[in-house]
Amino acid sequence: MHRTGELYGQFQTLEQQKESATLGMWIFLVTEVLFFGGMFLTYTINRHEYFTAFGVGSNTLDIKLGTINTAVLILSSLTMAMAVWSAQVGKKALVTGFLIATLALGSVFLGIKVVEYKQKFDHHLVPGRNFDVWYHSEHPLPSDDPKEIAAEREELEKATSSQNPKYDPDVNSHAQLYFSLYFAMTGLHALHMIVGAGLLIWLIKVSLSARFTPQYNNPVEIVGLYWHFVDIVWIYLFPLLYLIDRHR
Amino acid sequence: MPRDHYLNASYGIRSWLLTTDHKRIALLYLISVTFFFFIGGIFATMIRIHLLTPAGALVTPETYNKLFTMHGVAMIFFFLIPSIPAVLGNFLIPPMIGAKDLAFPKINLLSWYIYIIGGCFVLYSFSTGGLDTGWTFYTPLSSIYSNSAVTPAVLGIFINGFSSILTGLNFIVTIHTMRAPGMTWFRLPLFAWAHYATSLVMILGTPVVAITLLLAGLERMFHLGFFNPAMGGDPILFQHLFWFYSHPAVYIMILPSMGVVSEIIPTFARKPIFGYHFIAASSIAIAVIGFLVWAHHMFVTGESTYAALAFSFLSYLVAIPSAVKVFNWTASLYKGSISWDAPMLYALGFIGLFTIGGLTGLFLACLGLDIHIHDTYFVIAHFHYIMVGGAVMGYVGGLHYWWPKITGKLYPEALSRFAAIVLFIGFNLTFFPQFILGYLGMPRRYHSYPPEFQVLNVLSTAGASVLALGYLLPMAYLTWSMRYGKVAGPNPWPATGLEWKTDSPPPAENFHVTPVVDWEPYDYRNRPDLGLVAGASLTPAHGDD
Amino acid sequence: MAEHSEHSEHIVSPKVYIVIFLALIVGTTLTVWAAFRNFGPFNIVIALGIATTKATLVVLYFMHARYSPKRTQLVIVCAVFWLAIMLGLTLSDYQTRRPSMSRLVPPAALCRG
Repeated sequence: MHRTGELYGQFQTLEQQKESATLGMWIFLVTEVLFFGGMFLTYTINRHEYFTAFGVGSNTLDIKLGTINTAVLILSSLTMAMAVWSAQVGKKALVTGFLIATLALGSVFLGIKVVEYKQKFDHHLVPGRNFDVWYHSEHPLPSDDPKEIAAEREELEKATSSQNPKYDPDVNSHAQLYFSLYFAMTGLHALHMIVGAGLLIWLIKVSLSARFTPQYNNPVEIVGLYWHFVDIVWIYLFPLLYLIDRHR
Repeated sequence: MPRDHYLNASYGIRSWLLTTDHKRIALLYLISVTFFFFIGGIFATMIRIHLLTPAGALVTPETYNKLFTMHGVAMIFFFLIPSIPAVLGNFLIPPMIGAKDLAFPKINLLSWYIYIIGGCFVLYSFSTGGLDTGWTFYTPLSSIYSNSAVTPAVLGIFINGFSSILTGLNFIVTIHTMRAPGMTWFRLPLFAWAHYATSLVMILGTPVVAITLLLAGLERMFHLGFFNPAMGGDPILFQHLFWFYSHPAVYIMILPSMGVVSEIIPTFARKPIFGYHFIAASSIAIAVIGFLVWAHHMFVTGESTYAALAFSFLSYLVAIPSAVKVFNWTASLYKGSISWDAPMLYALGFIGLFTIGGLTGLFLACLGLDIHIHDTYFVIAHFHYIMVGGAVMGYVGGLHYWWPKITGKLYPEALSRFAAIVLFIGFNLTFFPQFILGYLGMPRRYHSYPPEFQVLNVLSTAGASVLALGYLLPMAYLTWSMRYGKVAGPNPWPATGLEWKTDSPPPAENFHVTPVVDWEPYDYRNRPDLGLVAGASLTPAHGDD
Repeated sequence: MAEHSEHSEHIVSPKVYIVIFLALIVGTTLTVWAAFRNFGPFNIVIALGIATTKATLVVLYFMHARYSPKRTQLVIVCAVFWLAIMLGLTLSDYQTRRPSMSRLVPPAALCRG
């Protein structure tokens, strides 16, 4: 199909092209909802069955990092929305600025995620042959807070003690299920962030040539939809993964 | 033949591999799905030869497991699901609604490449150890115990899923935003309605099977425990997630076929279709209700009896929109002036075979009866009546019906009628005995059977040979007709669809001027522009007149 | 084309975006705060309630669903509806299994029968 300016040959008008692209992105997001949905279902059933082990797993996550990351991602959604607004009102320099800010915040999120993954790796909490939910409390690093280690240990003992009505004799393999889901869900989410970052880089490149105008800004708008969707996934992942059974 | 058309718009291998023309992409798909049909067909042939004798005539039990698995995977994921949508739907939806192309031509091409990459993974699995889990990939067999090449196969189907998703997305957006002036929703051809419903299933179901197979693949690669009972996981959860897609996937196969039949019947009965709105709505109803029935595949697992009761009831509901279609097609024939052309023979065959397949589905939806016939040849016969008797009949019928539009040439009519009859007889001879076998208790997926079942098995194998001839004949004469067939002209039958208003083969952008639609669909009595007026007698153009 | 929405583009003002952003931050704080209090079975209800409110705000304002054509809104409803089918019907099985799966019984104990 040939292309005249911004209009691809299969369309009659820019309006029709914009309508199609936006609808296409929304439909793509529907498939994403169901894609993540399969994992949320797996999560729900296992959490229901092994609540104690899931609580143990969740309490090993760093709630400070998780909360900061949530705020970072929400802020990146704001900058993305502002990029769309800047394009709509024709402030070309602001479009680039907000897109760069969004990319930077996305990178911060991914960086923090790497720190968290590294921690889980060091604590033998990556599912597989060496998975050991007791490892960290038995082999603490000198830098670790002894009070936290003691609390962790106490919690594990409580989870496996038969005095506890909700005790779980096989907390290790059920916590491993929790971490399998943790890595699968956050990993897939991070993969979406990386794809989003790639799209942002492309948008920044295009916006540097001042191509986005009040008449033509649909790429910013639909990448924005995608970015906000990824934010929504995290809005659910955060309480479901980080906040299980925190109140004991 | 027109002087300029999509086939001679440009030349060379690059003009095909980098094309964004939906018609050329459809032909790329035609070649690749035919390839997978052959692969699947070879496995089917070996299965039938093996079952000629009670002890098994051809291969070891292990190889037999691989044969039926690879037959299922090749046929379902790489032939049936893309067949009508990606070939006929791709070719026809834009001209049917008066558009120059699909909304996203590049994504359309991308979906073909994704299909090919997924196909390569699966072929790699087939050729390096094969696959023996059954096409359903049940865990923990697929994740722990199987020694065959499960991982590449699972990845291949995961990748291929995105091809299906992108096709569905493209169709939905195209039907929403690309219709020509005057082409309102209720002037859409029923073929487009059927594809709209199919696309709904593609975009809503496919992501779920993608994530499920991904999780199963991760479980196999990294020894995770999502579906492994030894580690606390639940294998029945895999079945839930798998069938959430794989049951509606049956409707991905059958709905487009129903769309084809809805086009063929009025053309060769020379009558407006009966109950247009009901047929259109029943397509959507099948797509929606089809999502509520999946656990009827799991009646004999440990699933809850209460849930099973609900799923059994919901499964019966699918029969309603299906029956609405069958009754409407039948009513369309009433007092029509029927010509027995090859596409019509396929369409009529479809109605009969689909009815048998659908009604035996009700047997399987019945909780009590299902325990008797679960996992027997009764199930095999049932779904082959739907998928082969239904979906493939529709596909081959549709290929005949639109072949003059695709290639601009007519095929030999007498031979094609003969082939349609051979196909019908061969099909019934192959699969009807399997109903009896299953009812008598012969389980599916076994490499041997008690001697008293031999007669019926031999009948089935004999039927399969006839069936094979029924497939090879069209392949031969359709190919032949591309070079030697008579020129078809724009509208050989004649039919009322918008796709018949343009040249055969169509120009690169489908229409020379954007069409404006000011007629109602299937108005076979009042289209003087096509020579169709009430009372006029017409004979379709034939390749051997 | 046949159904061009007459709807002209609605530009959401930055003020709205900032208000929504603040609401999302408040929601995040609230959900962390609530997680450390014991509400019994309602902890998860509260957590999901807040998450859903936040998600709704994002969809309505950041993603402009509130100002979008009906068709887009229908697409969103479909996504939620089909997700509900998948979760609801599958959980209906898990909630009514009798006896429950007894997944805590190790396989060896089952074999002894």
